[in-house]
Amino acid sequence: MMNIRKLLSLSLFLAMTLSISAQDDMLSMLEDSAITEYVSGSFKTDRVINLHSLENTAAGELDIKISHRFGFINGGAYEFFGLDQATIRIGGDYGITDRLMVGVGRSSYEKTYDVFAKFKLLRQSTGARKTPFTLCVLGTTAVKTIRPSDPTRENYFSSKLYYTGQIIIGRKFSKAFSLQLSPTIVHRNLVETAAEKNDVLALGVGARFKLGKRTSLNAEYIYVLPDQLAPGYRNSVSVGFDIETGGHVFQLHFTNSTSMIEKGFIAETVGDVGAGDIHFGFNIARTFNIK
Amino acid sequence: MKNIFFIVMLLSTQLALGQKYFSKTGKITFSSDAPMEKIEAQNSSASTALDVPTGNIEWAVLIQGFKFEKALMQEHFNENYMESSTYPKAKFKGKIDNVKDVNFSKDGVYNVTTTGQLEIHGITKPITSTGVIMVKNGVVSAKSNFSVLLADYDIVIPKLVADNISKTVEITVDVNYQPMPTQ
Repeated sequence: MMNIRKLLSLSLFLAMTLSISAQDDMLSMLEDSAITEYVSGSFKTDRVINLHSLENTAAGELDIKISHRFGFINGGAYEFFGLDQATIRIGGDYGITDRLMVGVGRSSYEKTYDVFAKFKLLRQSTGARKTPFTLCVLGTTAVKTIRPSDPTRENYFSSKLYYTGQIIIGRKFSKAFSLQLSPTIVHRNLVETAAEKNDVLALGVGARFKLGKRTSLNAEYIYVLPDQLAPGYRNSVSVGFDIETGGHVFQLHFTNSTSMIEKGFIAETVGDVGAGDIHFGFNIARTFNIK
Repeated sequence: MKNIFFIVMLLSTQLALGQKYFSKTGKITFSSDAPMEKIEAQNSSASTALDVPTGNIEWAVLIQGFKFEKALMQEHFNENYMESSTYPKAKFKGKIDNVKDVNFSKDGVYNVTTTGQLEIHGITKPITSTGVIMVKNGVVSAKSNFSVLLADYDIVIPKLVADNISKTVEITVDVNYQPMPTQ
């Protein structure tokens, strides 16, 4: 008899708690619907500084970029710390889909035109389908249109062409920290001396540390594997800030690279950071919706 | 044995009494009109449940699921304003005060008042709103709209864009309920 009474009270208690919890959390049985959430905002824009970031321009968005690199700051007060000279790239990036973007640009440095396409193979996501990182592929072509230094020589068009292939593997580790690796190959159809390689292998690293909701500290370094470039060429290193103001992203930075396209900043950087060969520069990005 | 039978009876009556409705495709839209920019977004996968005898009603929606016309606006919404990686959901838990006035088995449009707690951006505030429950051919649907003050939920608008963003947001909810299967 005692046992049955105990059982009865226990069951009553259970029934009560069950009904309470059912009322308390009516939605619990609706949870975990199969939604994949893609991680957004790993970087403020589709460039870290010079390197392409793992971000793309969204479908139907045109991102106009105006970028400057001033002269070396070690020019001193006479050169107004480099601000007397400027190298410019004007470009536009467009998202065909959320995963495929294309872009064109024109750099004053050696009067170079460039085109590129970037595709996101994998997108970092949580939820129904979990992907730990984002993986993009980038292909670029550049054509140098500056008049040849020796016009008497036969100058082939193909000699002015440069290609880059790059894989971007990156992850937003936290709200504030994103990191990416960019293994790259730059192909030059023509190089100046036989000692230089036509194909240059390099590994880029780019990172972002968010300082506030709308500002971040960015850094990138590109390691070029040894014995590929002539002496005097150096690895590209850049540090800067991203400041976002609604439709604009301002990127202000210091870098030892003059060029703003892959073949240039990876394989043609000459600035010696230790000697003060540092450019102040900026990229201004303005996004337009032209869907 | 008798007692066990009694308990089973008790439990099953309780379940039978609790007629519930639910949906996973509740539609929530919000819009804010400012002189510079109209901000509008929609989410069609809100979860909601309605318990008829008590009038208890709950909503939950993933912030990331709000779709904007401009992708950049959507990114800023998630990154800068709602901080959706930290506060992934907005929730409402409340009661239809006059649920007794609604006859769920008779066609009609019933005005209702709902009070409860609304959680947005990690902050919970009491809220009262009015809406309608419609019953048509046994299908129950509900609609309501109300407005919230962004400052109440600690959503900060930087001075630089203060003219572009309205300080209040109009929220509309719209759902066709289905009866919840009894277990």
